[in-house]
Amino acid sequence: MPRVTIPIGPAHPSLEEPESFSITLEGERIFAAEVKLGYNHRGIEKAAEARTYVQDIYLIERVCGICSHAHSTSFCMAVEEVAGLQVTPRALSIRTLVAELERIHSHLLWLGVAGHEIGFDTLLMYTWRDREPIMDLLAMLTGNRVNYGINTIGGVRRDVTADQLGQVLAALDVLEERTRYYAELAATDPTLRQRLVGVGHLSRADAVTLGTVGPTARASGVARDTRRDDPYLAYGDLQFDVVTSDQEDVFGRTQVRVGELLQSYRIIRQVAATMPDGPLTVKAPRKVPVGEALVRYEAPRGENVHVVRGNGTDKPERVKVRAPTLANTASVARMMEKNYLADVPIIVAAIDPCFSCTDRAIRVVGGEAGGRVASWRELRRAGIEFYRREAGVDFGALDRRLAARLGPLRSRP
Amino acid sequence: MAELPQVAQALAERFPALAAAIAAPRPRRVGCLVPPELLHQVIDHAVEALGFDRLCAITGHDERTAFAASYALSRPDGTVLSLRTQVAHDRPVLETVTGRFPGAANYERELVDLFGFEVVGLPPGRRYPLPDDWPLDQKPLRKDWVAPPKQAAAPAKREGP
Repeated sequence: MPRVTIPIGPAHPSLEEPESFSITLEGERIFAAEVKLGYNHRGIEKAAEARTYVQDIYLIERVCGICSHAHSTSFCMAVEEVAGLQVTPRALSIRTLVAELERIHSHLLWLGVAGHEIGFDTLLMYTWRDREPIMDLLAMLTGNRVNYGINTIGGVRRDVTADQLGQVLAALDVLEERTRYYAELAATDPTLRQRLVGVGHLSRADAVTLGTVGPTARASGVARDTRRDDPYLAYGDLQFDVVTSDQEDVFGRTQVRVGELLQSYRIIRQVAATMPDGPLTVKAPRKVPVGEALVRYEAPRGENVHVVRGNGTDKPERVKVRAPTLANTASVARMMEKNYLADVPIIVAAIDPCFSCTDRAIRVVGGEAGGRVASWRELRRAGIEFYRREAGVDFGALDRRLAARLGPLRSRP
Repeated sequence: MAELPQVAQALAERFPALAAAIAAPRPRRVGCLVPPELLHQVIDHAVEALGFDRLCAITGHDERTAFAASYALSRPDGTVLSLRTQVAHDRPVLETVTGRFPGAANYERELVDLFGFEVVGLPPGRRYPLPDDWPLDQKPLRKDWVAPPKQAAAPAKREGP
């Protein structure tokens, strides 16, 4: 059968972020796949060298829109190691709390995306509904739904009150019950089974040689979890299981992530029960001495590696970020081989490549106008007026036409 | 100095010439400065005899008088072995490790694109991470690199729907 090579991406049918594939097909089966990355390169490592350590926290936090805490914590831990700072137990516990909430938010998001990619949109609606309370908890604890800004060098910037911890635990009780239902669903639902079993196969040996990390590796039976193997933050004192699966396919990756949700609830309950008293920060020097540190952190998508080298000034000599998706893309081409073209979206989504969701009205504190909160209705009206003023576009005519056709059901601003 | 962990001792026994260059800055971290001609032997030994089966990252450094690359290997017990090798600033040449770690291709392409390393034996493929039209002689992570002046953008066209 003649082989045909087709491009998929960089504007992608299944992802919100650019990544391009060149897929060689034999009929409907994939013979070989080549992955091209780099469309999102923003020069952050170079930019970090031109900024102070404190400025870099906020820059590095924006490496990723979902695992932002993973990146800022890794960076802070590396700087603290070079500077020889001992972060207080309370700060470590608060970082751990935010880290696990972030993992829950990320895994629920993934579960929804996976459901969407296989046409199971009910799962998307359920899990994204459940993700909202987590985002609200993160906003309550840190002030932001994403890019939490909780870290600073030497500790954390906000304390957590007993009342806030109570609200976190109350939300977890509801979520745990729902997650147990998803776990049962993931194990027994015929739609998920038929659509995911055997899809995107990655053998244990390949997972190790290709350097695969996180849930993708654990679903191929590689029992590696940086939280247990190379403990950081408060993980050395916490009890949790490393969830693995021997399925070696997308079905296994689903089960591992659902299982990890339950472990995250367990970790958060322990953190809340054992939250130590004490200060939030230790004083950090403005200039960081000469030295280098390598930090590993189990982000929701897998092992995140940061290297920071200090040169005695207030700016780093070198900041290196190796995000988990880069480690996992090497395995995507292998996973696609011998699968059907129609399975490409779920195979790509199954490594949980990073994408951001920051679409949200926020309150500007201390901004030029003094700050105010706009409702969706106000924002919509402002948008319509902006385009009428700037581009001469009149949505009014369109609005009247639609209203005439759709009748009174259509909501008007 | 405190007693070196087992990994550092095993490495020093196999490569006595490197003994002075081995350090263990904290638990589960061992570092070693390795001359480029020995790098592959040390990696082979670390993988086959010491159980370091994963390559976490390759970090490039512009040390102004030389370029350096740090290969961070890890094993299941959480130990990370950082093997740093230095090459001449005017001719930074390394041999690929993709024979041992096929997933390392993108890590090595980063060294090529951002620092200007030449990696001998790197399998052919698209460049990463810089765009296809980025000039080949511009290596942004070099310390002496300055961003070229911005060209004025063409005025954006505004058309209504």
